Amino acid sequence: MNFINLLKIAVKALSNNKLRGFLTMLGIIIGVASVITMLAIGQGSKESIRAQISEMGSNMIMIMPGTHERGGVRQSAESMQTLKETDYKSILNNANFVSAVSPIMQSSGQYINGANNYPSSMHGVSPEYLEIRKLKIDKGAMFTERDINSSAKVCVVGKTIIDNLFPGDDNPIGKVIRFNKVPFTIVGTLQSKGYNSMGQDQDDVVLAPYTTVMKRVLAIDYIQSIFASALSEEKTEEAIDEITEILRTNHKLRESDEDNFTIRSQQELSNMISSTSDMMTILLACIAGISLLVGGIGIMNIMYVSVTERTREIGLRMSIGARGIDILSQFLIESVIISITGGIIGVLLGCGMAVIVKFILQWPISIQAYSVILSFLVCTITGIFFGWYPAKKASNLDPIEALRYE
Amino acid sequence: MAKEIIRLENIRRTFKVGNEEVHALRGVTFSIEEGQFVTIMGTSGSGKSTLLNLLGCLDTPSSGEYYLDGISVRTMGKNERATLRNRKIGFVFQNYNLLPKTTALENVMLPLLYNNKVSSKEREHRSIEALAHVGLSDRMYHKSNQMSGGQQQRVAIARALVNDPVIILADEATGNLDTRTSYSILVLFQELYKKGRTIIFVTHNPELAQFSSRNIVLRDGKIIADELNNNIKSAKEVYDNLPTEND
Repeated sequence: MNFINLLKIAVKALSNNKLRGFLTMLGIIIGVASVITMLAIGQGSKESIRAQISEMGSNMIMIMPGTHERGGVRQSAESMQTLKETDYKSILNNANFVSAVSPIMQSSGQYINGANNYPSSMHGVSPEYLEIRKLKIDKGAMFTERDINSSAKVCVVGKTIIDNLFPGDDNPIGKVIRFNKVPFTIVGTLQSKGYNSMGQDQDDVVLAPYTTVMKRVLAIDYIQSIFASALSEEKTEEAIDEITEILRTNHKLRESDEDNFTIRSQQELSNMISSTSDMMTILLACIAGISLLVGGIGIMNIMYVSVTERTREIGLRMSIGARGIDILSQFLIESVIISITGGIIGVLLGCGMAVIVKFILQWPISIQAYSVILSFLVCTITGIFFGWYPAKKASNLDPIEALRYE
Repeated sequence: MAKEIIRLENIRRTFKVGNEEVHALRGVTFSIEEGQFVTIMGTSGSGKSTLLNLLGCLDTPSSGEYYLDGISVRTMGKNERATLRNRKIGFVFQNYNLLPKTTALENVMLPLLYNNKVSSKEREHRSIEALAHVGLSDRMYHKSNQMSGGQQQRVAIARALVNDPVIILADEATGNLDTRTSYSILVLFQELYKKGRTIIFVTHNPELAQFSSRNIVLRDGKIIADELNNNIKSAKEVYDNLPTEND
């Protein structure tokens, strides 16, 4: 049997029932379109999280005081005082895989400028903090090592702070604001960074010399945490090992002792977040896959009804010389045409929907070539798989019975 | 002596209905030569449908031999018989069995679509010719549901002719038509007969016997009469003498 003839017969049979053909396709269309859109959304959000993390500084390393047992009672990390200024100095002077390092002293309170006040926090850092967090000075300048040594009451502020404390004035350099009754002179402003992926306002920030925060604001003699930057993202592991070694020596820990500090890198965070979004993607793909399956069953259903309805036609075709294989091929081709056409429409619709989502909801999307190919493949297989049984049934009909069928 | 198209030798066909065996044909022997117009008559239950199915290679006998154009059919498989039907037999059914929503031309082309050896050009040419034979040149692109019963049956006859079969099997071909149209179809069959076609016409209507060249009568699965008709009545004359409807 000539394949082109069979194709003609199948196309003709389908075009006799356009509406039904389309309704059958609908299941496949929805299935494929949802697979593609879901995967595009899942992949898009994953990529945007990746990008934001690396913007935050993907080679960033965070060192926090570790949990520690005191007389059998485990203490919370915040109350620990295991990190000292000497630890920071040792890392600064001895670590080779670290490009920048800064302590972080955090204190929250109310900022006051005349009649305006605003609740926020103050970060006590060293000038290298700018490099670690990829921050840039807009106006004025960053405070210097000398300010740190002298515990100067100076600060660099972010845009949100300026907006709240100096409404209508965008150059607050040289002005004095009060933080928990301590006056600070503004020496610089930070370039606006907007919100990060977690929805945090990255401009709601005030930076001051860590020594000032430590002595004049918090009045403590230990460091809350240390941020560092590895030379590159790939060198993060080496940098962590090196810092661990330095801190263990400093803390005089024995071989058997646990670390009394915790080191975290953005890489871990990035891995954690992308594994979460991977799971979301798999979940979405599963849902979409199920709808594709339902679409396939729809094809089987319709083809089955179609075989019953066209029993007489099948009988006639057989009586004028169609063999079982010809009838089988005809019905298989019909179901494959339905599923492939549905697949093509589904791919177009899915890409269209992904683009609409991008423009209307402003969600990041990324259409995956593999999802297009995969769902197309699944469609064809679905068509053959679910078309097989009805087609087999049709080809096994007895022409005498089929001709007499009412 | 004309060429022998069909030879049946002691054909028996039994069916199992539940635990009972039904003997539809109990030893039927005859042969049909090229150019004969044979009517096979019998009441319902006489076995004429079973015989037709066997002659049309839709079924195989339980015992006995059937030669179609010199080929033994009894041992053939389903697919071989399908191909044999495609090349050697033209069917005309009582209810026309045209494909719905399909033009006359496409319906006539259908048997040739199942024949690899016919190119699409030849397919179209032969189909147009077959439609011209039955007088439907002006209805080629009409869909089957836009035609009258008589026209539909003509399309079906054109479809039976298009593969140039050795035999045309008509199963109550006039059964669904009114008297006037029935005669016009009979006229067509007689024209084909005059052109040398071999035709087997299965019917329960004894009136039709006088228009054919040979009559075989079946009863209870056996042949009770088989006679040649030397005085063939012209269907055209009867048709011309029929009162035309004036409404």
